[in-house]
Amino acid sequence: MRRATLILVPYLWLLALFLVPFLIVLKISLSDIALAIPPYTPTLDLTEGWKGITAFLSGLDFENFVFLTTDDLYWKAYLSSLQIAAIATFLTLCVGYPIAYGMANAPDHWRPTLMMLVILPFWTSFLIRVYSWMGILSTEGYLNQLLIGLGLISDPLTILNTNTAVYIGIVYTYLPFMILPIYSALERLDGALLEAAEDLGCSRITAFWLITVPLSKNGIIAGCFLVFIPTIGEFVIPSLLGGSRTLMIGKVLWEEFFNNRDWPVASAVAVVLLLILIIPIVLFQRNQQKQREAEG
Amino acid sequence: MRRLTWFNATSLTLGFAFLYLPMVILIVYSFNASELVTVWAGFSTRWYGELLQNEAFLDAAWVTLQVAVVSSTIATVLGTMAAYVLVRAGRFAGRTLFSGMIYAPLVMPEVITGLSLLLLFIGIGLDRGVLTIILAHTTFSMCYVSVVVSSRLISFDRSQEESALDLGCTAAEAFRLVTLPIIAPAVISGWLLAFTLSLDDLVIASFTAGPSATTLPIKIWSSIRLGVSPEINALSTLLIAVVTVGVVTASLVSKRATLRQQADEQAAQRA
Repeated sequence: MRRATLILVPYLWLLALFLVPFLIVLKISLSDIALAIPPYTPTLDLTEGWKGITAFLSGLDFENFVFLTTDDLYWKAYLSSLQIAAIATFLTLCVGYPIAYGMANAPDHWRPTLMMLVILPFWTSFLIRVYSWMGILSTEGYLNQLLIGLGLISDPLTILNTNTAVYIGIVYTYLPFMILPIYSALERLDGALLEAAEDLGCSRITAFWLITVPLSKNGIIAGCFLVFIPTIGEFVIPSLLGGSRTLMIGKVLWEEFFNNRDWPVASAVAVVLLLILIIPIVLFQRNQQKQREAEG
Repeated sequence: MRRLTWFNATSLTLGFAFLYLPMVILIVYSFNASELVTVWAGFSTRWYGELLQNEAFLDAAWVTLQVAVVSSTIATVLGTMAAYVLVRAGRFAGRTLFSGMIYAPLVMPEVITGLSLLLLFIGIGLDRGVLTIILAHTTFSMCYVSVVVSSRLISFDRSQEESALDLGCTAAEAFRLVTLPIIAPAVISGWLLAFTLSLDDLVIASFTAGPSATTLPIKIWSSIRLGVSPEINALSTLLIAVVTVGVVTASLVSKRATLRQQADEQAAQRA
């Protein structure tokens, strides 16, 4: 009896507030837009019994999904989200790896503090961390003031409201997700392997590529997925730092819903986004599983 | 092999400068007297004063705090139950679906979570306000809590619970007297995580908040869309200060708890 309550309470909560809402999205993505409240049709009318259900089912169609393929905006936004996420993930890896490497090779008594310093930004408001770059990157911003003051440039650079700013924002906010898994892989690395390689005549750079990188592969893969997956659906960064030409699907969905009030198309955008996300998520799960098996 | 070469020192310095410089600049410029955010015109606490008189911000902060406290507390209870079920309840019908529903919200884009909850609330005719934000935040943060708590449940020695049961405890007593004290640090960090996630959330709150309730992130969002503002700099500085003090205190407390637990275990072994 107790066991049943223990299972049922969180189970029913998640069913009601996670699964059912998602089924509603699926349903509305198959509906038509209407000038009504709520602004879509058909709506399920259970008071009419079986007739209501059949009328509801016959009103569903894939029109919105067809619409997504005919209008350039959507597939361009999906492709551009994937591209921005991929490039940003690569950049985050390039910035994060040396930091993780430095941490793993720092003196032992420094490491808890360094860990704390990496985790601390993660607890600070995401919105504020993105916002902090607006003052730095704007035309009259601190970066331009610095560069002009040093005499390196004479006209201010336009960085804010471009894709460059979006990349900077993503690298900045997701950096801890890249550093932590790579650090934990590098920390376990056996230093004797590197000494052996150097004794056998490897240069330190060759030893790094032949030993350190392959042995930290799992950390790199995990870090890349942890940055890539959430970046695809990102909304805050492209809206604050990106410009009108920055196309990302999270922003499109938001605008479709709040500005155009086209709920059926917004729902269809959400369904397709989830279908796209399933691939990296499954790959990530499989990688984690493999790693657990290798360790266990 | 642990040596601090010039390469490692440089990458650590540059890396941490990159992580912290933007926030340091933000904090410094929050004490700027000038209205023009990018021009330094002397030290002043003017913007903090204006912030404390801005009722819209204070109201939003109050709503945010209420939502965060209530949602993180419910999420901690539900998340701990879910973790216990996942780790200890064995097989039951629909277990795969259950664990799927625990992990899926962690990778779900916020725009989709927000959209789907909004459509649910409209579908059942629930007016959007503080209650709907609390329901939304509880749902996604309970999943984070259950991941944190279940990793602690997996790692601890089950025989301690079993011996309590052998010695005549009921299952509830064994949980309260043995399991809960052991997983307490994880439950507390789960609560803290849920609390900060709720304080922080813009996207899901924007979908589920109605005109009657505005949270701080929504308020911040609508003013920074127009550009950098000195008042927001002051507000950000206050938030950063609160988080820093909170995280440092929490880590010191958990360090002490771990040390005490280790001492207890050693004493138990000697006895």
